[in-house]
Amino acid sequence: MIPEIGHVALIIAFILAVIQALVPLVGAQIGKTRWVNMATPVARGHLFFIVLAYACLSYSFLVNDFSVRYVASTSNTALPLLYKISGVWGAHEGSLLLWALLLSSWTVVVSIFSKGIPKIMLARVISVMGMVSVGFISFMLFTSNPFVRLFPAPVDGRSLNPLLQDPGLAIHPPMLYMGYVGFSVAFAFSIAAMIDGKLDSAWARWVRPWTNIAWVFMTLGIALGSWWAYYELGWGGWWFWDPVENASLMPWLVGTALIHSLAVTEKRAAFKSWTVLLAIFAFSLSLLGTFLVRSGVLTSVHAFATDPARGVFILVFLIIVVGGSLLLYAWRAPSLRSVGQFSIVSRETGLLLNNVILATMAGTVLLGTLYPLVLDALGVGKISVGPPYFNQVMVWLAVPLYSLMGLGFFLRWKKDSVSRLSRKIVIPLSVSLVIAVLLPLLFAPEQSGLTFIGLISASWVALTALLWLLNSNTSPFKLPVSTWGAVIAHIGMAVTVTGITLTSVYSHEKDVRLAPGEFYEIGDYQFKLIGVKEVRRDNYIAYQGIVEASEAGQHLVFLHPEKRTYSQSSMPMTEAAIDAGLFRDLFVALGEPLGDESWSLRIYHKPFVRWIWLGALIMAFGGLLAAMDKRYRRYTKTHAEVAK
Amino acid sequence: MKSSLPLVLFALLVILLGVGLTLDPREVPSPFIGKPAPSFELAKLYDSENTIRTEDMKGKVWLLNVWASWCVACRSEHHVLNQLVKNHQIEIIGLNYKDDVNKAKQWLEELGNPYANIAVDQDGRTGIDWGVYGVPETFIIDKHGIIRYKNIGPVEQKDIDNTIMPLIIQLQQESS
Amino acid sequence: MMKKWLGVIFLMLSSIQLQAAIEIYQFEQAEHEQLYKQMIDELRCLVCQNQNLSASNAALAKDLRQQTYEMVTNGKSHAQIVDYMTQRYGDFVLYRPPVKSSTALLWFGPFILLFAGLMVLIITLKNRKQIIDEPLSEQQKTQLKQLLDEDDK
Repeated sequence: MIPEIGHVALIIAFILAVIQALVPLVGAQIGKTRWVNMATPVARGHLFFIVLAYACLSYSFLVNDFSVRYVASTSNTALPLLYKISGVWGAHEGSLLLWALLLSSWTVVVSIFSKGIPKIMLARVISVMGMVSVGFISFMLFTSNPFVRLFPAPVDGRSLNPLLQDPGLAIHPPMLYMGYVGFSVAFAFSIAAMIDGKLDSAWARWVRPWTNIAWVFMTLGIALGSWWAYYELGWGGWWFWDPVENASLMPWLVGTALIHSLAVTEKRAAFKSWTVLLAIFAFSLSLLGTFLVRSGVLTSVHAFATDPARGVFILVFLIIVVGGSLLLYAWRAPSLRSVGQFSIVSRETGLLLNNVILATMAGTVLLGTLYPLVLDALGVGKISVGPPYFNQVMVWLAVPLYSLMGLGFFLRWKKDSVSRLSRKIVIPLSVSLVIAVLLPLLFAPEQSGLTFIGLISASWVALTALLWLLNSNTSPFKLPVSTWGAVIAHIGMAVTVTGITLTSVYSHEKDVRLAPGEFYEIGDYQFKLIGVKEVRRDNYIAYQGIVEASEAGQHLVFLHPEKRTYSQSSMPMTEAAIDAGLFRDLFVALGEPLGDESWSLRIYHKPFVRWIWLGALIMAFGGLLAAMDKRYRRYTKTHAEVAK
Repeated sequence: MKSSLPLVLFALLVILLGVGLTLDPREVPSPFIGKPAPSFELAKLYDSENTIRTEDMKGKVWLLNVWASWCVACRSEHHVLNQLVKNHQIEIIGLNYKDDVNKAKQWLEELGNPYANIAVDQDGRTGIDWGVYGVPETFIIDKHGIIRYKNIGPVEQKDIDNTIMPLIIQLQQESS
Repeated sequence: MMKKWLGVIFLMLSSIQLQAAIEIYQFEQAEHEQLYKQMIDELRCLVCQNQNLSASNAALAKDLRQQTYEMVTNGKSHAQIVDYMTQRYGDFVLYRPPVKSSTALLWFGPFILLFAGLMVLIITLKNRKQIIDEPLSEQQKTQLKQLLDEDDK
């Protein structure tokens, strides 16, 4: 019964989404106030029924209703409660429902916080978001219904992939989807502005906080995914340039460009059509990612069970949403005249350059991800494009990006001079040079060009951000919150760059054979195998190794790497044991028994690896601060008064 | 003009993705097509004292079928191969890939033996030499010892009818 | 279509393991060990879902690691091992695609993109320059003044 209620709720939500997509939009066009006024109530009704559908599916998970096919294929009775809740989005159908839920939640939140926005504008925004929702709900109803029943119902379900039974991964998709869906707000605002034909500073001010919030979620989502891969997949890598990872990186890069471009559109009323295009791209790439992950055109470690029929559906959806918006863009963009003027040497130019590089980076990721498909489609042969390619090319693009990240802070809006600028950068540049040369000399066992490039970039980005705070004429504490946000986000990037550089260059990895009592040494660290025992838990049996780690003869910690066999699956899973630290991680994974009580073990020493995710957290915090700036609210109020 | 560029690029992307949907990203074409078959000398399954060599097949059009008793998909193609040798004048050499000899024999007793001869590739080295990456795989080798075709995955009747037999007939007509 | 599905199923059966095995290989020379690690990182496990040899537990990955190990300890170079692998499996086995005519756009594309972006930027900026020379309208002047006043810096 409950699944049927969920199904009906989904159908009602679909109907409401269609109304939401059409009525306010048409009303705005022909000037029917009542139709325009329907936008908010319909969006709320739509949310209500999606929440109901979502609750029904969650209920089916909680009560182990295996007559629901989706539940039977992703859950089982032995699954802990947390993974029954997260199991709802653990596979294709349910994750679409989560998308739809988040999308309609964003819509309602936008309608609540946008009291100051002209009603017509808001109605159009809500309509556009309704259209996207129509796409996702019909995707579920027509090809991937999570409420389909199974006859006869199995006694127990098949279980969630053991890899996914992890708290880090459980919250990773919602974060990422919040980001993807969040970009639909900027997208909807852009479409609305193009229909309206008017795009001013006020518009940019409305869009900025939403874009920032979406970006914050996206940053956290990507960082969580990377962290999960690091400790769960068991081989110590943190980024694999897998199509699924790339699918999240592309909108992030474009979103980053969008944040910067919006700043110019707000302050200088420039780059209007470019900003609109970026907003379209950020969301389109989110949708493209969905296509790549679910259609099966690319192979990925993380891909959903794929089905060409779904691929066709998403492709049609892409054509309508992206094609439609780009068509509108081709038609309306020329009318979006930018009024702000600036000279060649100015912050505007700096930010434009930054945008060019970020867009190139996103383009490169897209190129590398799709290139094998291009060659295959042309019948030229099959190739693989992997980490060696991306690492090599991206480093070349990252260096000019970091240079500009620092320069941008010193550049003045509108007009600046090269001589003033060069005076300003002497100090941070020379300090960065000193740091990049001295630090490895003092602490690192060996020198490398990569360390130099990484460290000079990181310290340059961090120092310029800090100096900007100190050098401004007002006290740093009187600066707007958004300024602090920008500075903190830049420092976060510097922290991440430091982490990436030092981990990549100085990590040490070794596969060893150890019998109880034997040890292996990496630098000052000693890893001694004490023994291996068998442990039994609710849903798995594991061999658990006990490894004593010590530093310079001093006991540090006991590590407990496990090799688990889950009850519902025959494949053994490696659960690495990690002693995390701010400056280094010690990482031990248990391999196979080799006879004579000895085991194979993989041991890593990874300096500064935490900085990668710590930096992402700092970036996200910066983005959050920037989104909270009072200015956005103040301006909205002023505008509201004007509108009255 | 400038503002319609994104639309044009997107149209190209859509075409690419559309074509992509019809392709199988996991099927890797063999670099051996049109190249001499790698030579091997392996023990026979039913006569482990003696060996079978690629060179022994010179002058004949033949099939090399890579199989194993642990391979589930091999089961589904087996009757197709049985039919093939029953109805046509063609020799199939089996390459028993990383298998247990006894299990392999048992498997053939149960399902029938379509092979003219079976070479045992215990450690998978010959498999690597032939670029085998998923079992089953089937190669067609012509009279000059050149690999002309490779079928990845289980052979189905329609593959036999549409591709494999027409090619074999054509190759058999070529002069040696 | 059916065939495609069967194919997917059989491949999945042969590559169901996601996680790497931990094998103990002994190296006499540090360079050999380094080369071995680089090779198994850059070579693709053909039966897996986008994984390299070092990350995979599939039987073929194990065999190819063994093969790589033997070649490395026999003093074979990076290029020789790449040759050996591509001869058998084609370019698909390389995660670092070789630079040739069909991959030229892949390797140079990013720089073409960057260059094109910069060109567009320069042209846009030049056009902008001409606008600057036009006198501002009264409305634009006030707008500009407002904007400048609003500037926090």
